[in-house]
Amino acid sequence: MHYKLSKDRVVFSIIAYSFLTIFTLCCILPFGFVISGAFSSEQSILEYGYSLLPHQFSTAAFRTILAAPGDILNAYGVTIFVTAAGTLTGLLITAMAAYVLGRKCFPHRNAVAFFFYFTTIFEGGIVPKYILMIRYLGIKNNLLALILPLLINVFYIIIMRSTISASIPDSLIESAEIDGAGEFQIFRKIVMPLSKPILATVGLFMALEYWNDWFNAMLYVDKKSLIPLQYYLYKMLSQITMLRELVSKVPQLTVVTPPEESFKMAMTLVTIGPILILYPFVQKYFVSGIMVGAVKG
Amino acid sequence: MRGKGYKKRNRVLFLMLLPAVLYFIIFAYIPMTGTVLAFKNYNYIDGIYGSPWNGFKNFKFLFNGGKIFRVAFNTFAYNIVFIAVNQTLQVITAVLLTEIAAKRFRKISQSAILLPYFISWVIVGGFIYNLFNYEYGSVNNFLQALGKAPVDMYSNIGAWKYILVLVNAWKWVGYGSVIYLAAITGIDKEIYEAAAIEGAGKFRQIFSITLPLIVPQIITLVLLDVGRIFKGDFQMFYQVTGNNPLLYETTDVIDTFVVRSLLQLQDVGMSSAAGLMQSVINFVILISVNAVVKHFQSDYALF
Repeated sequence: MHYKLSKDRVVFSIIAYSFLTIFTLCCILPFGFVISGAFSSEQSILEYGYSLLPHQFSTAAFRTILAAPGDILNAYGVTIFVTAAGTLTGLLITAMAAYVLGRKCFPHRNAVAFFFYFTTIFEGGIVPKYILMIRYLGIKNNLLALILPLLINVFYIIIMRSTISASIPDSLIESAEIDGAGEFQIFRKIVMPLSKPILATVGLFMALEYWNDWFNAMLYVDKKSLIPLQYYLYKMLSQITMLRELVSKVPQLTVVTPPEESFKMAMTLVTIGPILILYPFVQKYFVSGIMVGAVKG
Repeated sequence: MRGKGYKKRNRVLFLMLLPAVLYFIIFAYIPMTGTVLAFKNYNYIDGIYGSPWNGFKNFKFLFNGGKIFRVAFNTFAYNIVFIAVNQTLQVITAVLLTEIAAKRFRKISQSAILLPYFISWVIVGGFIYNLFNYEYGSVNNFLQALGKAPVDMYSNIGAWKYILVLVNAWKWVGYGSVIYLAAITGIDKEIYEAAAIEGAGKFRQIFSITLPLIVPQIITLVLLDVGRIFKGDFQMFYQVTGNNPLLYETTDVIDTFVVRSLLQLQDVGMSSAAGLMQSVINFVILISVNAVVKHFQSDYALF
């Protein structure tokens, strides 16, 4: 019997470790190619293609970026501003709504919660929203067009409401009430400080959405100075593809040299760099956020 | 006195709620009324509400174009395959992660698997291009190293079905497996100990204890996905295929079709007709699924 058990375990271990190893490699290798490509000389990429270790080490691509960093720095600035402004504003509005919807003394709180939730069941779709933004709100080529579409998410309100009511006892709020504290004061002095973990978690999810957004930039922004990082990268990558196809079809055009392969990789690395650096520190917040969302959402 | 304080309290609470209420009115409810565009001949000057009505012309145009059927089919088909593949892989990943003994390996593996979730679709699009581009792509690199002829993926329409399914799994399985990990961790350890004493091996434990006990989570997650089975992930389809017209046959979904009709063809009528059709079908599916679930097992109902 003991033999049977250990054989079972061996088979299981072989399956488990091989599956997880392959999956892990699939998730890490693409980043390896990018990092290696960014530090390869252009010549070695043209000769050998992308590889996991640079055939010939070079920092030329980064020197090209640093030589004229204006556009990239500007795109970075736009992304950082939009991420910070959007996350802080969104977090405040979300937390206030979550607090109010959790207050049992507030009349019609269930009706309001349904009013919010219904927007996830039936949506007007992208076309009316697009026309609203451009024709009625007039915010084409305005940073608000990058902030407003992602500002508030119903699920974050729901998650925050249930976390706040689970972690802060009604008696605490009631005793503050008896002491004469106003609602906003209770929210600011008691609820917010006690909700730091969920605020951090939801804030990180919001910040990630803003950081990775390119879609709203594609819809609403064409002014160069307002282009965020991801959309800047997208435009650069797709221009290279277009140029290459053009060059291969029209031989006379070979004078146009498409931006270098290593330069593309370096730009990609510059874009995901902050996420890769922060990942080890923020991962646990996201894991707990996903779990909370799964239970409550 | 109490009445007055109570009123004041509610006024403050209402003011705190107001920004969110206004937000949803402007960015959700007004666009809902904007779906009338589907029955209008839109022009910029008259706007959404002032433009003249034109009955079902937009829908006629949409259906006569014929593309909408293929696009609707693609949306359904992709989502069904995504649900099957992702849920299976998520459960497998979560089970294997909890059962393996090496703690360090588990931690590294879990971190790596969750990493794709953090990357924008622009970057993923770049990865795909690095893999499959004809001249420098890693796949062709590898094939040539083996002495085989390089392949041009961008002229092989059929391959993209598989690529999209794999990329979608790559991006989301880590996220989904976290949910199942939480469910499995919640299972009472004593059940496993008792089973081990009875002589149940690893596989027996997984099939007789772990899987049956996470069925509620599986049902909930599948239902959530079914609720959006008629919505395509625009960002994924757009970036992974590089919005390549040659690949529309197998990779075009409603969302990419609508955005393209709006931005490239500037056809507000047809794109809003397609959009409204999508919203209504999705609404009907969501309501019916929820009603059926509520009837049989109200615990699993979404709302």
